[in-house]
Amino acid sequence: MQRIIKNDQVVDDRWHLLDKEATLEGLPNSDNLIVPLALWREHAHALKARDGGLGVWLDADEAVEEISDQLDAFQVVALNFPAFTDGRHYSSARLLRERYGYRGEIRAIGDVLRDQLFFMRRCGFDAYAIRADRDPHDALEGLKDFSVTYQAASDDPRPLFRRRQ
Amino acid sequence: MYVYDQYDQHIIEERVRQFRDQTRRYLAGELKEDEFRPLRLQNGLYIQRYAPMLRIAVPYGLLSSTQVRTLAHIARHYDKGYAHISTRTNVQFNWPELEDVPDILAELAGVQMHAIQTSGNCIRNTTTDQFAGVARDELVDPRPWCEIIRQWSTFHPEFAFLPRKFKIAVNGAARDRAAIEVHDIGLEAVRNAAGELGFRVSVGGGLGRTPIVGSFINEFLPWQHLLSYLDAILRVYNRYGRRDNKFKARIKILVKALTPEVFAERVHAEWQHLKDGPTTLTEEEVARVSRFFVDPAYRALEDQDELLARQDAENPGFARWRARNVTAHKKPGYAAVTLSLKKTGVAPGDVSDKQLDAIAELADRYSFGEVRNSHEQNMILADVEQSQLHALWLELRELGLATPNIGLLTDIIACPGGDYCSLANAKSIPVAEAIQRRFDDLDYLFDLGELDLNISGCMNACGHHHIGHIGILGVDKKGAEFYQVSLGGSSGRDASLGQILGPSFAQDDMPDVIEKIVGVYLAQRTEDERFIDTFRRIGIDPFKERVYAAHH
Repeated sequence: MQRIIKNDQVVDDRWHLLDKEATLEGLPNSDNLIVPLALWREHAHALKARDGGLGVWLDADEAVEEISDQLDAFQVVALNFPAFTDGRHYSSARLLRERYGYRGEIRAIGDVLRDQLFFMRRCGFDAYAIRADRDPHDALEGLKDFSVTYQAASDDPRPLFRRRQ
Repeated sequence: MYVYDQYDQHIIEERVRQFRDQTRRYLAGELKEDEFRPLRLQNGLYIQRYAPMLRIAVPYGLLSSTQVRTLAHIARHYDKGYAHISTRTNVQFNWPELEDVPDILAELAGVQMHAIQTSGNCIRNTTTDQFAGVARDELVDPRPWCEIIRQWSTFHPEFAFLPRKFKIAVNGAARDRAAIEVHDIGLEAVRNAAGELGFRVSVGGGLGRTPIVGSFINEFLPWQHLLSYLDAILRVYNRYGRRDNKFKARIKILVKALTPEVFAERVHAEWQHLKDGPTTLTEEEVARVSRFFVDPAYRALEDQDELLARQDAENPGFARWRARNVTAHKKPGYAAVTLSLKKTGVAPGDVSDKQLDAIAELADRYSFGEVRNSHEQNMILADVEQSQLHALWLELRELGLATPNIGLLTDIIACPGGDYCSLANAKSIPVAEAIQRRFDDLDYLFDLGELDLNISGCMNACGHHHIGHIGILGVDKKGAEFYQVSLGGSSGRDASLGQILGPSFAQDDMPDVIEKIVGVYLAQRTEDERFIDTFRRIGIDPFKERVYAAHH
């Protein structure tokens, strides 16, 4: 079982991520599934009727507005980083938290590495599937890179100038 | 100038620790080259032709004498005794060892300096007018706003991995010395009819491969909303800017593709969600930051016109220097002095460790301990008493910093070029030097008057060739270094981009080519007409005919 970082701890991943080619046929009824956006779009009703947990994942070019009025259906929204240098989903995560009020898990998947975790957490991510060739325990250190921040973000709506004493 | 409190200091110290560990992991093989690269770039570290190049941030060009001394020490200790002032008013070192960089950063942190976001696809150093706070034509002091933007942009968690680099400039004066219209975002501080402060906002200007003058998308943004509006622009860009082709990834391409009107609508729609939120600036915060930029303890003085006229008459060298390198000051009896880093034989923008130490000392004695870098790659002592100008000139002359050529043809803006930079197609420095040698007759140079000559060694346009009255671009022609010339660029309020003259030239031909161009101007100008104005009146054809005549 893959290990992921969730709420600043390394834990077993209880979710199964389906790739983009996945179809409805033969899906286990009671597994926790994170499905690609296309599958959700086509089979939302059937997916909601399953017994297992449901999550959805968005690729870097898929916008949160695609799911923003159905967020209650998902326990997990996973955002894919095809390369860690593709920063689109930092905005996606903030929108999910700050504009659409999503309170479930926001998980970073794909090219997810230690040195980006601090920024990710600030933007509202709370779970990280670290790239398979890297140690998630080592990656935990990345969450401690800074203890002071200037801007308002999902982790604290007040910029430093409203916190400075 | 701004002084760090414990929060600011804490952030840069944590950065040093973070980068030290990243460097360690890279050297230990735990971080692969392509994983380390974006991390080191966001810390200003390039791997260059001969050695790494480290670019250190000089926020909006301001330096204390203590910081200048630290730069001198770094130049001496970790480099070969030189520093280079860049067109973003930053400082570059061309010879540090990768292993030493964390120690260099620690030394910098000791004097409230860093290399954060001086490269990479993130928000870069904000630039402004080198005469901010002292210029006679200033309406609003841009420095507090630059500092507020510096803090907002430093480690902004949402915008650390943009499609491409992002540059912001702020102007608060009648003349635009900050070239705001060729920036990703240009901000002009203005007052409305009610006397309230706000910003005119330009987006999508830029140089590089696809030079474009920016479009104003907001004529009056009240100051309280500055940061939320910047957030909105950056968010639209971060989400919708192209990422499939790095040459089409700058915001200017998105603005052009959508049209400025549609881009403005998108920003406005995004901003509606952010406006009046916690990022709204408070009077308290603006007052807190502004307190660092109040006037120094100026003495009540009178202008020294008579004294200076007498000194001019006694010494033509002083008169010449004063005519070019001394700028009027808002306070009677004071002047701003530009130290020319454009002496013939020295790479434009280069300054030695000894000069840096001397400049720090001069700043302490003559100018309240403060120094500024300009985007034209010179340094400035902004608050000199007029009665001290002659004494200062004598000292600057000894240091090789009094070349009276500010704004003239030999005040060349140039990138480090092929001598140092691995991106360059061609060398910049020898071309600059050859041109400076050709135009070494000061009377002739003065007679030519204001003329911006800018040289870039490649398309990336670090030498801002598009906005030089004369621009020179290094190009690769079947493996040989050639130079393309453009005319008519301008960076001021009337910003325009140069037009290409024609086929490129060999390096050795460049002084002749420039001389021919200048010859056309001299023959065609009306009295007191600047090069750029003559060009705008007569167009490019007379120049073309003259320069390419020999080839027919």
